[in-house]
Amino acid sequence: MRWLWIDRIVELVPRTRIVTIKNVSLAEEHLHDHFAASGGLPPIPLMPACLIVEGMAQSAGILVGHSEGFREKVALAKVSRAELEADVTPGLTIRYTASIQQMDRVGASTTGTVEVIDPNRPGSARQIGAIDLMFSHLDNNMAGMEFPEHNFVFGESFKMVLRMSGIAADPAPGP
Amino acid sequence: MTRDEIFTKVQALLVDALAVDEEEVKPESILTKDLGAESIDFLDIVFKLEQTFGIKIPQGELFPDNVASDPEYVQNGRVTPKGVAAIKARMPHIDFSAWEADPQLMKVGELFKVETLVKYVEAKLAAK
Repeated sequence: MRWLWIDRIVELVPRTRIVTIKNVSLAEEHLHDHFAASGGLPPIPLMPACLIVEGMAQSAGILVGHSEGFREKVALAKVSRAELEADVTPGLTIRYTASIQQMDRVGASTTGTVEVIDPNRPGSARQIGAIDLMFSHLDNNMAGMEFPEHNFVFGESFKMVLRMSGIAADPAPGP
Repeated sequence: MTRDEIFTKVQALLVDALAVDEEEVKPESILTKDLGAESIDFLDIVFKLEQTFGIKIPQGELFPDNVASDPEYVQNGRVTPKGVAAIKARMPHIDFSAWEADPQLMKVGELFKVETLVKYVEAKLAAK
């Protein structure tokens, strides 16, 4: 199963905006290596920044894919900007908000913010970063290269997140 | 908008899209060779031009598409006379004279300079 870096979609406005959350847990094994105790220092478990970027890519990718009912194979093509100014530790929640900036037949660009919420402190949400991405619609954008018919980008695990979040896989008809 | 004003805006959007320094972006800079643009950057540049100048750029109008995959247009890494004619007809904003003598596909990217974008935007704004 594909590694999922979001737990739930809390809002999806078709072709416009998506809001997702990820609960960071000490049960995630990679946190024990990132960073393990070394050189006399105690372990410092932190959500790896690259996986925060991946979480945004999955969030924004779902938003882009959803706009065409997941018929397009949407691939992350470029990280235009990624700025994170604070660490995220276990027990905190990450909230991703991504908006489509531009989209056409060959791809899309998105802008996004990363917030951290302490579930023990209501109203504690604070923005810790911004991540802007570009996506390519593979079938329309690789100089005639052919890809398998089935949509290998949006597999069962993504469908599960949509279903568990109560979101239909097909948007309302577009403009 | 004057050509200088267009250049200044194009320069700023290329600094953003390609993570280069402002002084690297000169009119004669080649997008790929000098500024390191890769395929997805061309889509980024198209999006940014549309947003900055309020223009619509149809797919394949500014940068060629579907040329490389058509055997009638490309043979043994070179663009055929038919392909050259097709690209030229679609892209009046490009100066093909130096490339035409040895039309290698790999060198098509080198035809796209910063001034190419400026000229293209100038023509689009004039036609608005």
